[in-house]
Amino acid sequence: MAILVFVESAEGKIKKSSLEAVGFAAAMEGDVTAIALGSEVDESELSSLGNYGASKVLHQSDERLNKGVIQAYSSVIAAAMESENADILVLANSALGNPVSARVAIKTDASLVSNVTELPDTSGEFTVKRSIYTGKAFATVSLTKTRKILAIKKNAIELKETGGSASVESFDSPLNDADFAASITSTDKTTGEILLPEAEIVVSGGRGLKGPENWGMIEDLAKELGAATGCSKPVSDMGWRPHHEHVGQTGVKVSPQLYVAIGISGAIQHLAGVNSSKNILVINKDPEAPFFKAADYGIVGDAFEVVPKLTEAIKAAK
Amino acid sequence: MKILVCITHVPDTTSRIAFTENNTKFDSNGIQYIIGPYDDYALARAVELKEETGGSITVLNVGTQETEPTIRKALAIGADEAIRVNAEPVDSFFVAKQIAAVAGEGQYDMILMGRESIDFNGGMVHGMVGELLGIPSLSPVMTLELDGNQATMTREIEGGKETLQLNTPFVAGCQEPIAEWKIPNMRGIMSARTKPLNVIEPAEDGTATKLEKFELPPAKGDVKMIDADNVGELVQLLKNEAKVL
Ligand SMILES: Cc1cc2nc3c(=O)[nH]c(=O)nc-3n(C[C@H](O)[C@H](O)[C@H](O)COP(=O)(O)OP(=O)(O)OC[C@H]3O[C@@H](n4cnc5c(N)ncnc54)[C@H](O)[C@@H]3O)c2cc1C
Repeated sequence: MAILVFVESAEGKIKKSSLEAVGFAAAMEGDVTAIALGSEVDESELSSLGNYGASKVLHQSDERLNKGVIQAYSSVIAAAMESENADILVLANSALGNPVSARVAIKTDASLVSNVTELPDTSGEFTVKRSIYTGKAFATVSLTKTRKILAIKKNAIELKETGGSASVESFDSPLNDADFAASITSTDKTTGEILLPEAEIVVSGGRGLKGPENWGMIEDLAKELGAATGCSKPVSDMGWRPHHEHVGQTGVKVSPQLYVAIGISGAIQHLAGVNSSKNILVINKDPEAPFFKAADYGIVGDAFEVVPKLTEAIKAAK
Repeated sequence: MKILVCITHVPDTTSRIAFTENNTKFDSNGIQYIIGPYDDYALARAVELKEETGGSITVLNVGTQETEPTIRKALAIGADEAIRVNAEPVDSFFVAKQIAAVAGEGQYDMILMGRESIDFNGGMVHGMVGELLGIPSLSPVMTLELDGNQATMTREIEGGKETLQLNTPFVAGCQEPIAEWKIPNMRGIMSARTKPLNVIEPAEDGTATKLEKFELPPAKGDVKMIDADNVGELVQLLKNEAKVL
């Protein structure tokens, strides 16, 4: 069974969620070919995908693809499924992967399921489990078309290194003007920071922090933990933090190993974005804050006292 | 400017999720239904664009008769007319086909919807519709400005955003802060009663997935409370028990 995996990179490195997608495809016992787009990722980085189970990597190193052009990406990926005779495409759920895979599904007449949380069951019909109602439930669905596309959720599989290395081949699917009908004129992106959807630990602050000037202690704790920073909706609504840090029902959904919530009450809409975290730590001065009911660890206390102490204690424990 | 806004009819964000009939049906007992919050942003921006440049807004829902109060609410917020495709919205593929069929007839300048529905969270319909119609599809879109038939948008990317330019027609999956949610006023509610709501039969059948069963996540264990004066104990738990340090 030939499986194609679409991998994304950031700052020249393959994203962790994409490594998980490769590992997921390998665990399906397929013959795994990855495809990468753009010129910013080099051959040695691509061949390292062999370490997660890919045998071959196709690389369309067109500079025009250094930005995530949705239509062009979907054209190249659909062409690669065709040329590889791959009936299955696996990718990571992401701000780029999801809109791209939707177009690929139409181009290739495939069944598409996003937010996949487990390996498919192929013993009878091809079924997968996916999260629904923003993490409040799961559904098992069967994919009825011959071709199938799975967009997987972070931490759907534990990453295993196999020690292999993959061959890298250049790929050159023709692109036309229509593929670039939406032109990206500028990009405004933080660099050198851990991306929120990719992070294994997330430290988030809420309205309890009183103002943007108090985020220093959140950043210090995040730095000590190697974590990304997040926030609640009112915090991004008031412009204290950028919108891409907003976690919850109407923001980013995260599923890290540890989610730390500081001065966040735990409204149901915030919980919807964090309920698939492996562990949740809540720091809140109100012992009745609803977040404690969803937490694994809790401290009742003033964030302005507790957070600096916690940062010091983590530093000391290293 | 002719704008098509596609809305979902979904359980309120505070709903307790439960299933019936051997975990094959959503339990709608006691559930309040709303316009999907992301769709609501798309509708709010459409109303603003209409105020700026004139034109008309058609709201579209694929759903059975029970979605009509939700559609009426969209009319009260400012849509001019509505279309309901009379069918269960069984999967993204089916819904996208219905939307593309309506859009193909209507010559819309733009098709706006939410970035995802909050029941199935597929986040796929905008891309499928764009591909079916052979026009650009962007999501998640955070701002949308128009200058004649040229649109400027910002799209959220991981760790930031990008700015795009393109011509109409296009499909956009919207999210905040594209506009503020609008609450219908009395005049809107009154006029919504008489605005046209056309019911049409589905254009084409065909699905790509089949639901087998639902399940709820396992119950959460109890929270371990640690004294604020004893953060050292917390660090030990994170290290040895949760194994995250
Ligand atoms: C349709 C819809 C969608 C929504 N989507 C989202 C979403 O995606 N994400 C989201 O976050 N919200 C969302 N909301 C809003 C949500 O309902 C809450 O209003 C919001 O999450 C509250 O943010 P908060 O916890 O930061 O603020 P608050 O509720 O004001 O809580 C502040 C907390 O800080 C604590 N605190 C105060 N001072 C201190 C201190 N010194 N030390 C420690 N703790 C302190 C307080 O005890 C309190 O618990 C949505 C709402 C709706 C209706």
